[in-house]
Amino acid sequence: MQYMLLIYTSEAALAKTSQQEMGQVMAAYGAYTEALKKAGALVSADRLKSVSTATTVRVADGKTQVLNGPYAEIKEELGGYYLIEAPDLDAAIGWAARCPASAQGAVEVRPVWTM
Amino acid sequence: MATRDELARQTAEAVARRSYGKLVAYLAARTRDVSAAEEALADAFASALTAWPGKGVPDNPEAWLMTAAARRSIDAARRRKRGAEILAHHALLADEMASDKPHDIPDERLALMFACAHPAIDASVRAPLILQTVLGFDAATIASAFLVAPASMSQRLVRAKGKIRGAGIPFRMPGRDELAARLDAVLDAIYAVYAEGWNAGDAPRRNLAGEASWLGRLVVSLLPGAPEALGLLALILHCEARRPARRDAAGGFVPLSEQDTALWDVARIAEAENALTRAGAMDSIGRFQLEAAVQSAHNARRLTGRTDWPAILSLYDALFGLTASPIIAINRAVALAEVTGPQAGLAALDAQADDPRLAQHQPYWAARADLLARCGRTAEADAAYGQAVGLETDAAVRGFLLARRARRAGG
Repeated sequence: MQYMLLIYTSEAALAKTSQQEMGQVMAAYGAYTEALKKAGALVSADRLKSVSTATTVRVADGKTQVLNGPYAEIKEELGGYYLIEAPDLDAAIGWAARCPASAQGAVEVRPVWTM
Repeated sequence: MATRDELARQTAEAVARRSYGKLVAYLAARTRDVSAAEEALADAFASALTAWPGKGVPDNPEAWLMTAAARRSIDAARRRKRGAEILAHHALLADEMASDKPHDIPDERLALMFACAHPAIDASVRAPLILQTVLGFDAATIASAFLVAPASMSQRLVRAKGKIRGAGIPFRMPGRDELAARLDAVLDAIYAVYAEGWNAGDAPRRNLAGEASWLGRLVVSLLPGAPEALGLLALILHCEARRPARRDAAGGFVPLSEQDTALWDVARIAEAENALTRAGAMDSIGRFQLEAAVQSAHNARRLTGRTDWPAILSLYDALFGLTASPIIAINRAVALAEVTGPQAGLAALDAQADDPRLAQHQPYWAARADLLARCGRTAEADAAYGQAVGLETDAAVRGFLLARRARRAGG
């Protein structure tokens, strides 16, 4: 099955991170991504730009509404994702727990709808 | 004399009861689809009832049902045009059905229970889900056992099965590093089944206690090296042993301290002690073993004529250290009152008074009422008895509490 690991971390906390700490965070993500690749579990992964660049679009009564900002204002923001291949939910939870984000924020595990 | 139809129906029902969970587990473990497994089995049972009266009951009814259910399950998956992955699972299933000797349908009920008690499944639905999938209870029966509206119980069950299928919750034994925590969830669910049955005054709900013993024995037989599974079984059996003494001839509630120990079930106590000893030999203490040890200490009164409260208090100390549960704290306060007096017990209860979970917990108010009365604080005791009565669902226990309250107020 494919699972999407949605990474929720606090941008405010990230902004306060020192250059040196940032280096460590990036190294941790790098190692994690490498481990996923080696296990043959990585389908794709991306980091998203800050929510300050987000735009939310809705169409109501044929009129397009364009709103500045993310869909939901929450304490932590969707900052990126990993799309992985895993045999079952336990395996996906195992990968989610290894993701550096699970220690700083949270990782939501969502099975992908296969058409 | 039973007609052939009647005989066929009886055989189908007997097989259903004996092997329902095994057949569901076998099918669901291969497709991850509990609902489809249940439907396929229901179809298989229906066709058995049609076929058997004419052709006679097959030599191995379980294998017959399994083959019929597997065939239906594959047909259903094709009809629904399920994804390639699901069809692959079904192809595997078909292969297995073709190659398996009819007699060895592997027992995968434990894997089914691990799926039902998975941390991704809402904790409140784990016990109901086990009752439905392993024992074949219908949603209405489960709903009345758990005092939930049938519609919402059936919705919760459907949602949980949808989660198992949709999220890809596996049907297998967890890895060694996870086994203890995951097994705890399974045991908790069985304990919840037992607790519902234990508190129930009416007969249909009381049967749950029997089903919980059955599930407890099943887990022990499938996982004989798990000390906490033995601990849970010992706990259930120790409590069940006292059931005949819990009601007087008029149906009134008899508290543990006033029970006639001659009415306790000696065979059950012996089985419980045996399980607890086996668990103890594995040298890994846990919550259920400690709770079983408490009940063992209570049941020792049958032999010694007295209750060893200091021993019970130290067991509750250990339990509270392990769980920090407010429920354990109440029991500990009661034991403390027996060892050092009602004031000390009351002080220990006061320490828990801020916990919002206790405001609607009958045992908290009953314990509080008893200790207040023993401290001579009659007016407060009266109010606490009122709370306890108002929160109790069992009429016999309500009657007992009301009588206690009247006696305390008068004397």
